[in-house]
Amino acid sequence: MMREKATTLYLGPQHPGITGNMMIKLKVEGDTVVKAQTHVGYLHRGFEKLMERRNWLQSFTIVCRICVPEPDPNELNYSRAVEEIEGREVPERAEWIRTLMMELSRLASYLLWFGGQNGSAGLYTMPQWSVGDRDYILDLFEELTGGRVYHMYIWPGGVRRDLPNGFADRVLQTMDYLEKRLKQYDQLMFENTIFQRRAQGIGWIDPAKAVEWGVVGPPLRAAGFKSDVRIDDPYLIYDQLDFEVPTQQGSDVWARALVRRTEFQQSINMVRQIIDKMPGGPVYNKIPNPMKWTIPAGDAYVKAESARGEFGYYVVSDGSNKPRRVHVKGPAYVHGVTLLENILEGANISDVSFIMNSLGTCPPEIER
Amino acid sequence: MAFFDIKGLVTPFTALKQFGKAPHTVTFPYHKKETAQRYRGLHFNDLEACIGCGNCSTICMNEAIDMVNLEQIEGKAGDSGLRPRVDNGRCCWCALCVEVCPTGSLNLTKDYIYVTPDADSFLWTPGVSNPEGKDNISFHSDVDTSLSMFDRVPMPELDGKERVKSFAETMLYYTEEAAREEASRCISCSLCTEVCPDHMHIPEYINAIAKGEDDDAIRIIYDNNPLGEMCGKVCTRRCEDVCALQVRGDAVAIRWLKEYAVGRAETAEMLKEIVNPDIQEPNGKKVGIVGAGPSGLTTAYYLALKGFDVTIYEANEYAGGMVMYGIPKYRLPMDSLNKQIDYMKSIGVKIKFNTKVGKDITFDEIYKEHDAVFVGIGFQKPYSIGIKGEDAQGAFPAVNLLFDVNSGKTPDMGNKVVVIGGGNVAIDGARVSRRLGAEVVIMYRRRVQDMPADWEEIEGAEHEGVEIMPQTIPVEIITDDNNKVKAIKYLKAEMVADDKGGRPRPVPIEGSETIMEVSSVIGAIGQEADYSFLPEEYRNSIEINRGRMVVNEQMQTANPKIFAGGDAVNRTADAISAIADGYRAVKAIEKFLMN
Repeated sequence: MMREKATTLYLGPQHPGITGNMMIKLKVEGDTVVKAQTHVGYLHRGFEKLMERRNWLQSFTIVCRICVPEPDPNELNYSRAVEEIEGREVPERAEWIRTLMMELSRLASYLLWFGGQNGSAGLYTMPQWSVGDRDYILDLFEELTGGRVYHMYIWPGGVRRDLPNGFADRVLQTMDYLEKRLKQYDQLMFENTIFQRRAQGIGWIDPAKAVEWGVVGPPLRAAGFKSDVRIDDPYLIYDQLDFEVPTQQGSDVWARALVRRTEFQQSINMVRQIIDKMPGGPVYNKIPNPMKWTIPAGDAYVKAESARGEFGYYVVSDGSNKPRRVHVKGPAYVHGVTLLENILEGANISDVSFIMNSLGTCPPEIER
Repeated sequence: MAFFDIKGLVTPFTALKQFGKAPHTVTFPYHKKETAQRYRGLHFNDLEACIGCGNCSTICMNEAIDMVNLEQIEGKAGDSGLRPRVDNGRCCWCALCVEVCPTGSLNLTKDYIYVTPDADSFLWTPGVSNPEGKDNISFHSDVDTSLSMFDRVPMPELDGKERVKSFAETMLYYTEEAAREEASRCISCSLCTEVCPDHMHIPEYINAIAKGEDDDAIRIIYDNNPLGEMCGKVCTRRCEDVCALQVRGDAVAIRWLKEYAVGRAETAEMLKEIVNPDIQEPNGKKVGIVGAGPSGLTTAYYLALKGFDVTIYEANEYAGGMVMYGIPKYRLPMDSLNKQIDYMKSIGVKIKFNTKVGKDITFDEIYKEHDAVFVGIGFQKPYSIGIKGEDAQGAFPAVNLLFDVNSGKTPDMGNKVVVIGGGNVAIDGARVSRRLGAEVVIMYRRRVQDMPADWEEIEGAEHEGVEIMPQTIPVEIITDDNNKVKAIKYLKAEMVADDKGGRPRPVPIEGSETIMEVSSVIGAIGQEADYSFLPEEYRNSIEINRGRMVVNEQMQTANPKIFAGGDAVNRTADAISAIADGYRAVKAIEKFLMN
């Protein structure tokens, strides 16, 4: 058989199938990817460095911008790290509201993923639906925090404002709506033969190497590992909620989609439990005058389970009014760069962005 | 899964059921979405409530907020006259500006659409560019949610019953921890610096205290005030009246923080070691100073640092002037004042005590012996009350009482004292009389809220059991056969609005005449300067207008060699104004003698 000549194909940085501005340089033979090389650098804003020039409160408004589709784990981790170094107590109600924020943000993030996963397979009804449904969650965010996408709501000491009147009812209504819609999503996506045939057996991650490669979150759970920060290392009030960590054995795009589908339902249930059990009380342990607020020297590493997997923040204070160092350990770097390069080998060109979406790649978070 | 999974091919078509349903995100015809109650949209600033502190501009991490001058806003005490201007192209809608606004004037609105092809018009002055925004306010911060620290760290003080037993200091002052916490409330807006007569570097020394750098704070205070601890205890603190935090909460305790800082240096030697001033070589010029009050001491201190040969002529046994003899010791203990003066002496200020100009030495001698003279004589001579019986035994001015008590005497006040007046001297007279064992009543013509005395002093007096009788006009002191005070006759007054828009006037109510038996009557309705020491020729060479020496901006009188400051010059008649006068005179004297 005659060996086909390899061609170089540039996917991105402005390709519609890419989840943000990054580029994949593909070496292809025919339709098959022989080698994939990721190129990032189109979205670098230098947040970690910027924070070294901003005081502890000002930095809180930056962190959410690290990941556009899911900003809240950034706010949570930054705040928790600062609280840990300073030893600041957080009121119990604030912890519950934070958990509510985290689960709502997971739902919003998955809704965006539903759209991305189907859109990159050429199935364009789902994106219309799920992005539209996501707006209902953004409406909740807007009502609670004042912002739709960047909430800047979870801050050191608690949360900025208490729930507005009647907010809990509207959350429950939205949950009921989403649960109803999930059945329709099933018809359109999971019961859809086209989607099944596109997703099954594609983008396989070797379970034997998954941990070594640093895979986290839904891709790791889809490879059979029962790993979730919310269970392994409970934070906020997750130990008081009743939920299961779903796993799959397939380790392909299909398995990852099923994991996310189950987690979506779990999150809806969790939001209901939170609304049901949330205690009263203050929501904020006020920080001192932000202009003169200093944090004792020390460091802290905190992590949370984002929709894309384990999300960590390492924060160092030298005792001044600004962070000495903030380092973000996000899942997208591992998934979108090293892992993607590995599993794209042998894939069909048309599956590249499909696989990319299944990993939850978020270029803004890769680069920060 | 079979290749031909019929169900899997058909189910997606159930989506067709959505046809004809109304869309929920985009509406047609288009209407603007009603935003949430908390929406963070375009800014709105209540221009009247805003004081131009600039805190919004400081916190803005995008540097989107500038403070600009507006035509329609005039700066005044407690208002810089500046207002925030927002660059909407840089704003990230984090609303930290709203959270830190001490007055609550800056808010975000529900409006969010603003389209313009002109990049310059992205610069908005909230409140001016969008006056309609006031009906649309959404994200705001009230006292509970604001990040301003509105509550002052409480000052420990002696209980009122304990206080009247002695002349021990009533304020116990901040501990280190309390001072740090109190200092950390300051937002460094500098509105205080503007109104301080001496323009002390208030945000800077408070910042130093907040950071735990007390020595730096002392050095910053000594940059233009050599009587920091005295001011820390008794200043009239106009700074606190304009503090940005007092609009919705308690002002930063600027005065007590100053007391805390300088109080760290317990002795004059420690003070010298910390301030560690740069004393210049003697320059051969001599300056004579009449009166060791705050203005004279300030002039002397800074001139001595600049290498001048400075001599102060003081009539009394101790330095400090009215601060020493007019302020009771429970407010300003003697050793505190002496520490500050000993430090001045240690850097070369010479003070000739018990040397009354005009008696022990003539003004002419001083004038001829020195290259320049500074006159800081203060207001020593009390006004008379102007009612019958004032010359009776047991009726005397408050300043005389304070002088006697501060000189170590314990005058016999009898068991019931009435103090006439509503200023700080009246309150001092009342509280001192209370400590001498008398029951005390203060009679004041107007209402309590009209009293010119410091509200803290009024409160202190009330805690100590002083009774205040507002709207009371004394008409006669009734004496016994030995011309000794027996009773006081007074009228009640009602407040009548002034037609010309001035403050309401007290008008006696006919037939309200009452007689109260008292043992002493203390008058405290003001003092004036005593120029008897000044020979006619000098009095003519300088200008004296309505009891005050007239000076130019450099504190120089019409006689270029004579400078003046303090109560006898300025209209505010408090210690900090005297210090400011002295500090200004230093520069002028240096310029006068060295150029």
